[in-house]
Amino acid sequence: MQITSPAFKQNARIALKDASLQKALGNLKAGFPVKRAQAVARLPEFDALRDEARDLKNHILENLDIYLEQFENKVVQQGGQVHWCRSSDDACKTILDICKQVDAKTVTKGKSMVSEEINLNDYLEKNGVTPVETDLGEYILQLRGDHPSHIIAPAIHLNLEDVSEAFHQHHHRPKSDDPAVLMREAREVLREQFVAADVGITGANFLVAETGSTLIVTNEGNGDLTQTLPKTHIVVTSIEKVVPTLEDMTLFLRLLARSATGQEFTVYNTLSSGPRRESDQDGPENFHVVLIDNGRSDMLGGELQDMLRCIRCSACMNHCPVYGAVGGHSYGWVYPGPMGSVLTPQMVGIDKAALLPNASTFCGKCESVCPVRIPLPKLMRHWREREFEQHLSPRAVRYGIGGWAFFAKRPRLYRLLSQASNLALRLLGGKKGLIHRLPLGAGWTDGRDMPAPSGKTFMQQWQAKQQAQQKQQQSPQEQQS
Amino acid sequence: MPNAERSPQVALFVTCLVDMFRPEIGFASISLLQQAGCSVEVPERQTCCGQPAFNSGDRASTQDIARQTIEAFDGYEYVVGPSGSCIGMLHHYPELFEATDPWHARAQDLKARAFEISSFLVDVLQFRGIQSEFDGQISYHDSCAGLRELGIKTQPRALLSQVVGLQLSEMDESETCCGFGGTFCVKYPDISNRMVENKTANTAASGAGTLVGGDLGCLLNMAGKLKRQGHEIQTRHLVEILAGTCDLAAIGESEARKPTRATASPYDLAKQL
Repeated sequence: MQITSPAFKQNARIALKDASLQKALGNLKAGFPVKRAQAVARLPEFDALRDEARDLKNHILENLDIYLEQFENKVVQQGGQVHWCRSSDDACKTILDICKQVDAKTVTKGKSMVSEEINLNDYLEKNGVTPVETDLGEYILQLRGDHPSHIIAPAIHLNLEDVSEAFHQHHHRPKSDDPAVLMREAREVLREQFVAADVGITGANFLVAETGSTLIVTNEGNGDLTQTLPKTHIVVTSIEKVVPTLEDMTLFLRLLARSATGQEFTVYNTLSSGPRRESDQDGPENFHVVLIDNGRSDMLGGELQDMLRCIRCSACMNHCPVYGAVGGHSYGWVYPGPMGSVLTPQMVGIDKAALLPNASTFCGKCESVCPVRIPLPKLMRHWREREFEQHLSPRAVRYGIGGWAFFAKRPRLYRLLSQASNLALRLLGGKKGLIHRLPLGAGWTDGRDMPAPSGKTFMQQWQAKQQAQQKQQQSPQEQQS
Repeated sequence: MPNAERSPQVALFVTCLVDMFRPEIGFASISLLQQAGCSVEVPERQTCCGQPAFNSGDRASTQDIARQTIEAFDGYEYVVGPSGSCIGMLHHYPELFEATDPWHARAQDLKARAFEISSFLVDVLQFRGIQSEFDGQISYHDSCAGLRELGIKTQPRALLSQVVGLQLSEMDESETCCGFGGTFCVKYPDISNRMVENKTANTAASGAGTLVGGDLGCLLNMAGKLKRQGHEIQTRHLVEILAGTCDLAAIGESEARKPTRATASPYDLAKQL
């Protein structure tokens, strides 16, 4: 996937003018946040669970090596294999090798953002293996040659008409605008793919160290068919997803569903623990876990470690007014919204992604809804500091802030600067007290007026009052003496 | 002074925007604090809280400005400001310094003394003596930093409920950012503009004639948009309503073109002529 994060501003401008996208984003805003709020209201201990989840994740991250090794040992004991992959390339090669070993022609895929992160579909296709997305949203995107714009509702940027058109073109059936008909159509087409696939690839929401299990949650059941029908099941996942026990996993599941969709529990919670055993009725013959680092271990022990607590619920983007205005594609890479603005600079480089952590008013809504209490504004600020240190910030910002700070450190000069600016703005405002066009401030006045100062600065007026009072107090004394 | 020993000693943190754009807010703050029995001073060495540098990633400048602000407010019992955003910034100061740095302790000390004005009046002083009248409906915008960094939500409403004649008409999404965000509004003007459009639409839908908030940055942004869109809605800072200074022109309006109230009687008009 091409990274368009450096063009965030242009992307955003286009997105703001895209009526169909804006309609879709309106649906998002009216959906997930409302449902989350209702779900949270029904669970009085929700905030206590968030504290518990934050603490547990911190404990896991401090002992990550131990839990990952425990997980690997269990997987191997159960007849599976774990492949440790440092980079996207390593992971793609590993997955292709497994596909080649079983002479795979087609693979079905459950929704996996990690597979998007490593750009797996393109890689498989280039090497003669056809991936078929089975999550309805992902399937629609694949038909359209599109990418997810949201981490749990990948096709949230589309409207019904878009889906109807894509199905009509690719399924060669009569066009329908009935969601139920479209759903049935997708099921019929995908059912054949499930049966024909040689390999099934899923992601994982959690890896359980004590049992060597991987877990996926879906609302469609496509994950179950992806991992039980083909002979080979590959789990593509990343190192921070491990949890110690099944019970720990349930803590996160309670938070995940409520934070994501406002459900009390996701419809399908499917555990995979190694390949099929003799007594099992179904399941794959081969079970592989591809465990990806891709920059995550570099975040351990540093300021960004908190980000590794993320359970990919999407609450931060669902509540973000910037995401709500411009949609996920504007961010220009796999992970959008506040969590993406922290992760993307780590994974693609701050030189390419600096506009993302800047695209926040620091309103703090994201942090206030995060189920594992990630201080997202603080982490975005971390990136702004790296950007500033590396002289990547635009010159206007560097010199502007530098010049202004020079004055702010010197109270007397600052006073003079304030007075001069105050006077200039008052002159611009004229009698109306309103500035329609501000030189060097078009960013403000293109879309709104700027109220002009209502009079001299507070400090000027305050000092004048103080002096007048002193004079009043002094004059009777003078008369007496 | 009789109760000099017991009157809280408050240093007013004016904030840059109030200093430069709307001194009325500073004077209304002083008036309110005095009504609540405080003795108020305005330390001369104060400048800016340093937030523009902090949020632009310029940590070195932020530290310098923080040290200068800590010194400016040394020795005052309380530091009170009419802005959740700027007071919130003072609360960030400790994280600028290593725990072993002496400035860290001084920053902690300032943080413990620094309050946004509605929170100071309600939470610290338990003040219930607002003496103000307001004839009409207002809607209150919860500015982000005050709301989420300092927990300011009920305090302004508790104070507004004491204003005689005032009716509060809550807007949808009162807790959603207006799109100001300091430098954000000039760095990402298109997005900022969309966000403030949502805000003015919600404000207009509330039916209120006056939009009230606790942070001048947000108020300048929203007032600017309301004016550009041609709304009649007035915009004011919370303390202006509480101190009863609404006879002065609202934000983005001027004495010279103060709109004549539709309800004005012929007698009023005659007086104006």
